[in-house]
Amino acid sequence: MRKRQEAGKGTDMSGMATKPDYLMLAIETSCDETSVAVVKGGRQILSNIVSSQIETHRQFGGVVPEIASRKHVESITVIIEEAFKKAGVSPGDIDTVAVTQGPGLVGALLVGIVAAKSLALALDVPLIGTHHIAGHIYANQLIGDILYPALALVVSGGHTELVLIEKEGQFRIVGRTRDDAVGEAYDKVARALKFPYPGGPHVDRLAHEAQDEVVLPRSWLEPDSYDFSFSGLKSAVLAEINRSRMKGETPDFSALARGFQQSVIDVVTGKAMRAAAEFGVRQLLLCGGVAANRGLRETLTALCREANLPLLIPPHVLCTDNAAMIGAAADLKWRRSEFTSLDMKAEPGFSLEDWSVKG
Amino acid sequence: MQRNNKEIHTLEFVLHAQNEADTAHFAAALAQLAAPGTLLALDGDLGAGKTRFAQAFAHGLGVPGTVNSPTYTIIKEYDGGKLPFYHMDVYRLSLPEADELGLDEYFHGEGVTLVEWASIIEPILPPERLHIRLETTGPHSRKIVCRPIGQRYEAWCRQLRLRKAEEEGTAG
Repeated sequence: MRKRQEAGKGTDMSGMATKPDYLMLAIETSCDETSVAVVKGGRQILSNIVSSQIETHRQFGGVVPEIASRKHVESITVIIEEAFKKAGVSPGDIDTVAVTQGPGLVGALLVGIVAAKSLALALDVPLIGTHHIAGHIYANQLIGDILYPALALVVSGGHTELVLIEKEGQFRIVGRTRDDAVGEAYDKVARALKFPYPGGPHVDRLAHEAQDEVVLPRSWLEPDSYDFSFSGLKSAVLAEINRSRMKGETPDFSALARGFQQSVIDVVTGKAMRAAAEFGVRQLLLCGGVAANRGLRETLTALCREANLPLLIPPHVLCTDNAAMIGAAADLKWRRSEFTSLDMKAEPGFSLEDWSVKG
Repeated sequence: MQRNNKEIHTLEFVLHAQNEADTAHFAAALAQLAAPGTLLALDGDLGAGKTRFAQAFAHGLGVPGTVNSPTYTIIKEYDGGKLPFYHMDVYRLSLPEADELGLDEYFHGEGVTLVEWASIIEPILPPERLHIRLETTGPHSRKIVCRPIGQRYEAWCRQLRLRKAEEEGTAG
């Protein structure tokens, strides 16, 4: 077994460093999406297939959320084949396999991990267990060069974090949500405003159309904290709706949406800019599904221009969960030959800081 | 039938929490009763404070670090307390979807499970459990209704009633 691995192309260390155009298969199944990508040289996307976005998925009766392991199992082989086909490469061309190891739902993670291990073993190439949030952050590497130290504002349905990246692949979480993630707060407020779930984008749109604003509280927490809390803001929206109803009035949903959005944006961008200044970063990275929020993008773009701070925001398809971003993060480990052994386990509560590169 | 209803009613434990601190105190006290396999089925409207309740419960179990909402990941597992803590939120799920997740492994595991929006998956919850309903009675006040199913949780409610009576006795 060991002999065979030594002979494998992936574990030939000298060959790796001199192979800038290596091919990686990347797999992401941490939560709702099954996604597989082929990435060349860590930067060039040859294919990036996401289950909810393809027609073939529908014939399996795919539903959202696709959290159940069975749904991932049904999708994974089809999506792997599709990723190879679209990239125009065959499995034998692959130099390494990367997969999301965590955080996420254990049953969902396992489907991707089992597929990745099987492929790595069969193709005799190294395996790279990858952190989901590192993927969101390094999605930015697919569109530009990251300048260090950098600060990443990760905003999605499941995560709200401020991450300092002092050097390439060195992660330090400086702030995180203490209750709801920002995307979740959006979706829950959307529900209160009678939008179908998930309704975050509707709130963004309504906030833009609003003529008035119901001013809602800002949750800054302790003066020196970079943590977030959105639970109180959600309650404030609900209380405002109740107050109007008790007075026999119709609540002004668009003014509420504007008030909610302004509060979120003030706090999120305010903390990000303060952290960027304190840590003297050279670049700000916006990532995660909520990076699609127009209000957030516009405000952050304006603030960064004012502060003369370069800002990177990936296009929408690279902000939501996808496998190409996992490939971009795994590239950090590939270039350092930091591979993962085949007995790797899914890590539902995987620590980003622990995943930092060693070299 | 009426007698049955009355019986169920008297098995319940009801607490009127004046503020968030009262609710948190009660949640932390409940954690002292927890044992492997404990299941708390939590319900209440959006903004009733389910996640806040879960945080205080986790704190009572001695879980270190941040306990935040599991709405997106459905399940978050925490070690480091006196028992493993499985924090679930089935808000995004339908019953058939939840059924496919294999939640049983958690319910019958070594840890303590708290499920937010539990009524969505009531048919697949274990036969013995404590239902907790958070009702919003004011901006900060909540009515907390604990409904036990099974002897283990009936005993919990008896104990909670006794403790409450003692506290009220002392206060008066």
